[in-house]
Amino acid sequence: MADLTTSEIQGQARARTEWLLVGVALAALLAAPFFFYPIFLMKMLCFALFACAFNLLLGFTGLLSFGHAAFFGGAAYFTAHAVKEWGWTPEAGVLLGVAGAALLGLVMGFFAIRRQGIYFAMITLALSQMFFFFCLQAPFTKGEDGIQGVPRGHLFGFIDLSMPLNMYYFVLGGFLIGVFAIWRIVNSPFGMILKSIRENESRATSLGYSVARYKLAAFVMSAALAGLAGAMKTLVFQFATLTDVTWQMSGEVILMTLLGGIGTMLGPIVGAGLVVALQNYLATSEFPVTVITGAIFMICVLLFRRGIVGEVYARLGRTDSSDAR
Amino acid sequence: MTMIFGIPIQALLGQLLVGLINGSFYAMLSLGLAIIFGLLRVINFAHGAQYMLGAFVGYLLLAHFGIGYWPALILVPLIVGLASMIVERLALSRLYDVDPLYGLLFTFGLALVIEGAFRYFYGVSGQVYTPPSQLSGGTNLGFMFLPNYRGWVVVASLIVCLGTWLLIEKTRLGAYLRAATENPILVQAFGVNVPLLLTLTYGIGSALAGLAGIMAAPVYQVSPLMGSNLIIVVFAVVVVGGMGSILGAIVTGYMLGLAEGLTKVFYPEASNIVIFVIMAIVLLVRPAGLFGRDA
Repeated sequence: MADLTTSEIQGQARARTEWLLVGVALAALLAAPFFFYPIFLMKMLCFALFACAFNLLLGFTGLLSFGHAAFFGGAAYFTAHAVKEWGWTPEAGVLLGVAGAALLGLVMGFFAIRRQGIYFAMITLALSQMFFFFCLQAPFTKGEDGIQGVPRGHLFGFIDLSMPLNMYYFVLGGFLIGVFAIWRIVNSPFGMILKSIRENESRATSLGYSVARYKLAAFVMSAALAGLAGAMKTLVFQFATLTDVTWQMSGEVILMTLLGGIGTMLGPIVGAGLVVALQNYLATSEFPVTVITGAIFMICVLLFRRGIVGEVYARLGRTDSSDAR
Repeated sequence: MTMIFGIPIQALLGQLLVGLINGSFYAMLSLGLAIIFGLLRVINFAHGAQYMLGAFVGYLLLAHFGIGYWPALILVPLIVGLASMIVERLALSRLYDVDPLYGLLFTFGLALVIEGAFRYFYGVSGQVYTPPSQLSGGTNLGFMFLPNYRGWVVVASLIVCLGTWLLIEKTRLGAYLRAATENPILVQAFGVNVPLLLTLTYGIGSALAGLAGIMAAPVYQVSPLMGSNLIIVVFAVVVVGGMGSILGAIVTGYMLGLAEGLTKVFYPEASNIVIFVIMAIVLLVRPAGLFGRDA
C-alpha cells in the first residue's frame, strides 16, 4: 500500500514536470520566430507534424508504411490547386488537402492492410510509387515543373498570410492541433486497441476486435494528418512539386521517426528537427545529403533502435514508452 | 503490313521483346530477393543498389583495367557477392533477432549510401557500355529485327534462373538451404553451420543482382540511379508472385515484364503503373500472391 502511494506521488510529480516542460516548449515555440528564420522554423514544424502522423501508424499501431509521401505530397498538390486555380481561402485549401489525403489513405489502406509486416511496407511503397507516376502525368500537377507561385492569401479572408509572422502562427496552430489530435488518439480507448494490435494482433482479434477496421482507421487518420503537414508546407513555400511524392520522401519521414524514437510522442518532433537542421546545414556544402542520411539510418538501426528520445526515456527508467521491438 | 487489333505486328512484337527483356531483369532480381527473404527473413532494399553496383563495377573494370564483358560476367557477381557478404557478417547478421522491418530499414540506408556515393562521384548522367563484339549487330527473324545482345539477355537470364532453381531444388547445398528455411535451429543441431549458410545466401542473392546489373549495362545506360526505381517495381513483382516459391518469383517476373510491354502498345500512358495495378488486383483476389503460401 505504501509503495503504491509513493509511486502515485512520483507519478503525479512526473506529470507535473511534464506539463511544465510542455508549457516551456509552447512558450519557446511562440517566441521562436523572433530569434530564428521563420521559413526554417515553419519547415521544421511541417516535417515534425508529418513525422508525428507517421509515428501514429508505426509507433502506435505497428504498421510500417513506406508510402507516406503520397499523402504529404498529394495534399500539397490539392491545396496548391485549390488555392491557386480556384482562388480558395488558405484554410479551405488546407481542409481540402487534408480531405484528399484522407481519401487517398482510405484507398491505399484498403489494399495495404490485406498483408502484414514486410509486405505491408512493400505494398504501401508500390502504391505510393503509382501515385507518383499519376502526379507525373496528370495535367493539374504541371508535371516536372510542379505548381508554382501558390498565393498564401488571407486566412478567414482578413489575416494576411504573406506576413511571415502571421504565416508562422498559422502553421504553429496547425501543428499544435495535429499533435494534440495524435495525443488524444493515442491516449483514447481507440488508441489502446491500436497498441494491442501492435503488441499482438492475433490476441486482439481473439478479443473480438475487428483488427482490419482499426488498422484502416489508423491509416486514414495518419494519412489525413500527414496531409495537414503537406498542405501547410505548400503554403509556406508557395509551391508543390514532385519531390514531395517521391519514395525518398517516404524514407525521410521514417528516418525522422526512427532517429527521434519510434512510439514516443516527442521522438518524431526531435527527429524531424534534427534532420531538417542537418539538411539545412548540408545544403550549402558539396557533400551528398543522401550518404549522410543513409549512414544515420544504418547507425540508428544497428546501435540505437529506440531513438534519441526512446534512449533518454530508457535511461530515466520510464516504462510506458514503447520498447523498440 | 500485318495488323493485329489495329496495331502493326512489328510494333507489337517489338514491345513484347522489350517487355521480355525487362521481365528477364525482374525475374533475376525478384529471384535474388526471394532467396534472401526465404532464409534471412530480410527484404533486401539494397538489391537495386547492388544491381547498379554490378553495372558500375563492370563499367569500371572495362574503363580502368580493360577487362571486357565476358570475364566481367564472372568477376562482377563475385565482387558484388563478396562485398555483400562482408556487410552481412558485420552488420546485417546482428539484426536477425529483432523485427524483420529493421532489416528492411538497414538495407534501405545501405542503398542510400551506395547510391549517394556513386552519384557524388559520377553524377546522374548515364555512362555507355558497349556490348561485346560477338553480340553486336542483329538478326532478321523474318517477322522482326532482333538485336543480338537482347536475344542473349533473354536466353542468359533464362539459364541463370533455371540454374539457380536447380541449385536450390537438386543439390545438397540447396537442400540445406531449404531445410534451414523451414527450421534453422534443427538444421544447426544436425551440425550444419547455419550462420555461414545465411552469409552465403545473402552473397548468392546479391551476386544475382550484380549479374543482372552487368547484363543490363549494355541495354540501359550505367547510371547511379538505375536501380532505385527498378527495385520498387521488383517489390511489386514479389508481392504479386508471393515470396513462398522460387519458381513463382521467376515466372511472375517474366509475366509482368510482358504485361508491361503489351500495355505500352495498347495504352502507353499506363505502362508505368500497370504492374502496380496488377498488384492491387492480385491483393484483392489472392492476398497471399499468385504462388505464395499464406503468410
